[in-house]
Amino acid sequence: MATGVAAWLPFARAAAIGWMPVANCPMPVAPMANSKRKDELIILNVSGHRFQTWRTTLDRYPDTLLGSSEKDFFYNEEIKEYFFDRDPDAFRSILNFYRTGKLHYPRHQCISAYDEELIFFGIIPEIIGDCCYEEYKDRKRENLERLQDDQEENKDMKLPHMNFRETMWRAFENPHTSTMALVFYYVTGFFIAISVLTNVVETVPCGSTANQKDMPCGERYTVAFFCMDTACVMIFTVEYLLRLFAAPSRYRFMRSVMSIIDVVAILPYYIGLVMSNNEDVSGAFVTLRVFRVFRIFKFSRHSQGLRILGYTLKSCASELGFLLFSLTMAIIIFATVMFYAEKGSSSSKFTSIPASFWYTIVTMTTLGYGDMVPKTIAGKIFGSICSLSGVLVIALPVPVIVSNFSRIYHQNQRSDKRRAQKKARLARIRISKSGSANAFLHSKRNGLLNELLELTDTEEDEQKLTKSTSLLESQHHHLLNCLEKTTAHAFVDEQMYEQNCLETALQTYPSRSPSLSSHDSSVGTCCSRRGKRNTPLPSSHPVPTHQGPLQELSAIHIQCCDRPSHTASRSNLNRKTDESGRLNSKGSRITTAIISLPSPPALTPDADSLRRPPQRRPPLTLGHPAAPSIQTTTSSAGTNIVKVSSL
Amino acid sequence: SEHTGRLHSHSPSWDFSSITDEDELSAVRYRPERLDHLEQKTNFSKKELQVLYRGFKNECPSGVVNEETFKSIYSQFFPHGDSSMYAHFLFEAFDTRNNGSVSFEDFVVSLSIILRGSITDKLNWAFNLYDLNKDGCITREEMTDIMHSIYDMMGKYTYPCIGDNAPMEHVDNFFQKMDKNNDGVVTIEEFLETCQRDESIMQSMHMFDSVI
Repeated sequence: MATGVAAWLPFARAAAIGWMPVANCPMPVAPMANSKRKDELIILNVSGHRFQTWRTTLDRYPDTLLGSSEKDFFYNEEIKEYFFDRDPDAFRSILNFYRTGKLHYPRHQCISAYDEELIFFGIIPEIIGDCCYEEYKDRKRENLERLQDDQEENKDMKLPHMNFRETMWRAFENPHTSTMALVFYYVTGFFIAISVLTNVVETVPCGSTANQKDMPCGERYTVAFFCMDTACVMIFTVEYLLRLFAAPSRYRFMRSVMSIIDVVAILPYYIGLVMSNNEDVSGAFVTLRVFRVFRIFKFSRHSQGLRILGYTLKSCASELGFLLFSLTMAIIIFATVMFYAEKGSSSSKFTSIPASFWYTIVTMTTLGYGDMVPKTIAGKIFGSICSLSGVLVIALPVPVIVSNFSRIYHQNQRSDKRRAQKKARLARIRISKSGSANAFLHSKRNGLLNELLELTDTEEDEQKLTKSTSLLESQHHHLLNCLEKTTAHAFVDEQMYEQNCLETALQTYPSRSPSLSSHDSSVGTCCSRRGKRNTPLPSSHPVPTHQGPLQELSAIHIQCCDRPSHTASRSNLNRKTDESGRLNSKGSRITTAIISLPSPPALTPDADSLRRPPQRRPPLTLGHPAAPSIQTTTSSAGTNIVKVSSL
Repeated sequence: SEHTGRLHSHSPSWDFSSITDEDELSAVRYRPERLDHLEQKTNFSKKELQVLYRGFKNECPSGVVNEETFKSIYSQFFPHGDSSMYAHFLFEAFDTRNNGSVSFEDFVVSLSIILRGSITDKLNWAFNLYDLNKDGCITREEMTDIMHSIYDMMGKYTYPCIGDNAPMEHVDNFFQKMDKNNDGVVTIEEFLETCQRDESIMQSMHMFDSVI
């Protein structure tokens, strides 16, 4: 049942008195109002602003948060209020909805913030009152368009592996993506310009030769112009065919406006080739040459403004249609009137109504060539009315078209600006994100240190370290640790990861310790990196040095097996300490350094970043732990070293 | 709406010519009697009157209800069928001063009779509702109209289907029960007598005990 009229239910029930005497059976028993609920005041504390209302007001809409028992979750026993940690300004309009039954959208509010509030309080936006609904919808649509624009940009950015065809299409559509595309873009632009210029110059009189009068250049230098034309058409044909080949959907491409323009631009030439011998169709041939001027429309690929203009005209089609229709009406009316007005006068140019059309059009658009002029008084009167009304009729739809163009143009400007700002924004966001990733690594280091120290009973240090990270952080880091444990991969940071990638490309993995026998060959960067890293060290080769002393580990390695994980991590620890020493000395950004102590098998794997999915490396047992047991387990288990790259 | 309280009906269509400056001045604002007076006039307590008034004023900020608002409120309780006719009869019954609008006093006085009045008062009120032309007796035509309006509220989808003759049969039933002297009309005395002797009606009257 609906909304604000819940208060009238007693009246509706009372009105049932009209049914009772006519009913043939007694009425059913009425439900007792359980626990005669008095109408009480409820205090809603929204971020400190206290709103008070009757309980029954809120009960009007039982399928919202405030009207249902959901608000009990927010009840604070101590202050006996319902506390909501939300924006009080937005809450005002929501509470007014309960009071008046109409939801209003405050214009100064951000649309997405308002939407979120509505969703939180369980109110569907469709019930926004008529007064505010349009505004709400407009703002929402604008916002969506903006987001869509951004998403389309993102689509540009990501390039997974594209085959040749897709690359080519992308080069065609966005010339700024590669140098080749840019060159192609400018070359075609140049040739379009040349072609148009040729068409124009062809008709200019070139100066007379000895025996003939002025000839247009086209007829004088026929061969030259023909060659020029051929060259341009060649280029255009090649371009069209390339685009056709690269298009993801050929059918759709062939139907698009630009391709039709392309075709229309090059067809006359070919038709002309075919037909050039036939003299009687030379008239048609000449007409065909007119179509060559459509080449100038090919410039719309090169000009954003032209495209916007075209789009505007398309979107204002109804206004243009109205303009055309009203003009036609007016022309016919006035032409008829002028014809009959001027019928009487001699040597009148207004020989028929269609002949008067020309006068009417010229007059209504205030051109006034003067080739047809009314001579009678009636004709002059109606002529002046015609010109006045012409101004009005034309002036009406034009502002609509202009405002449409302006809106679309500004939207375009805005999206360009946003694109430019986006790079800076993303860079800043990335920095702040990597800050938190580094925090994780940092605290991991400290955390590990904590554990080790714990095991060696130095409590004061432990306390010092735990204080430095807040509870929230430590819980977050614990969570990441759990994830590492689960997947038996570790987080590394970006530098590490990229270095490893490079090294995989560069080096092959040298054969390692005997324990690693079968799995050595095609390892990934971890090993290669290790190898590289190891060279400057005296204990360069991993094989002989795994006795317990610290191994250096250039990147983060984890043994991906369940059981020996502790042991492996121990060896990792070993490795890590070395690496940490090395890394710190190099002053790199990586925080994989963990100081290890030989005895305790700490369980934390090392990892840096929070994001990249683990890269599987081919199986490689890197563990060269001191204890033989570990060795055997690692080799037998055929563990994988997986390196996970960071953000 | 700003048209509540106007004494003539207003067409809702967007007719530019009908919206004049005058329209805005003639909206009626009505204030009810004092709370304690109303408390004496009716059988409601102060708190109950407060609750009633708050609901009333929320739906009709100008203080009076006109027939359209009345009908729209009532129709929200009966979404299945068409309650406009019955609401019209109700409005006529509530509008004791016959001026086309129901003020809060009218509203609350009638409610007091129905919900808190004696059996005789309630029956009197019901009789007043049925007696459309207020001439002291219920004719067959009046009862037929009432019956049709009640059946209209049921709507189309009922079980069993409402036959075309169902209202008429019900009217016949009513007259057979109430019209003792078979003169084709039911007077107030006949009505009161029959109802007070009818057990099911008396039992139904207790329905109003817990409405507020």
